[in-house]
Amino acid sequence: MGVKIKDLIAAIDGKVLTQSVETESIVIEDGYVSDLLSDVMGNARDNQAWITIMKHMNSVAVASLAGIPCIVFAKGVQPEKEVIQKGEEEKVLLVTSELSSFEICGKLYCLLNDLKK
Amino acid sequence: MKGSEAVKSKSIPEYWAIKPGFEEEIKKIINERPEPEISLDYEIAENDYVKTGKASSDVKFFLKKLGVNPEVLRRVAVASYEAEINVTAHSKGGKVTANIYSDYIIMMFEDYGPGIADIEQAMQPGFSTANELAREMGFGAGLGLPNIKKNCDGMYLSSEPGGSTTLIFFIYYEEKSYAAK
Repeated sequence: MGVKIKDLIAAIDGKVLTQSVETESIVIEDGYVSDLLSDVMGNARDNQAWITIMKHMNSVAVASLAGIPCIVFAKGVQPEKEVIQKGEEEKVLLVTSELSSFEICGKLYCLLNDLKK
Repeated sequence: MKGSEAVKSKSIPEYWAIKPGFEEEIKKIINERPEPEISLDYEIAENDYVKTGKASSDVKFFLKKLGVNPEVLRRVAVASYEAEINVTAHSKGGKVTANIYSDYIIMMFEDYGPGIADIEQAMQPGFSTANELAREMGFGAGLGLPNIKKNCDGMYLSSEPGGSTTLIFFIYYEEKSYAAK
């Protein structure tokens, strides 16, 4: 059981950057927060949203290779259009939110907790 | 694996890490050197954080078509990308060969130097000699080699200061139950 990505996006007032990436099928059961790519590769899983401010092209490569379906950029971080394009190609959903990593995690945590009630 | 004479001469510092249950099979591969079904080759350029990752991406795509399960795909992709990043971040460039077999994959990374000063130290999580550029790119946390070790069934690393570094890893498509051993 998890949170539909649409519900998370609504909760964090997020903006979808990769318009062509299908969102219906993405269900988030957990989250991971890190700006160190090797830490993400070593620990993140395919049912998680990855919350980060690391907006380089490598972030998309890491998500794609590690099977992470969605990157949420915190603090209004806006990646370059090449990065967004790469997200579209690799079918990794890129979302940006004005909230901090801490606040995004808080919202996701509450959504996941509500499901258990 | 210490007793195997199949790899390199004794003078070059080397490191082996094999998960329990895979010793015999990996030893057999080293001795018999079977022909792969498919072999893919790539060059990796120094400090190229954009193109680097192509080998990992292609290999993942290829194995996916073979029907390899997603968790194993993830392990191959992570180990491979970390190894590619190591070559681009720490060496003058190098090459990678992916040998794909029906039930396992072997990936071999060889660079053009300048080698690792102390392999044991390099294997320690958190130890890094990464430069500013690598850190800006989100790497350099000292987790690359430990991540490779964690995700593969067998890993071989040899290097000497001033010389080239060779990294080879083995990953089987079927996961083994270690508890049963």
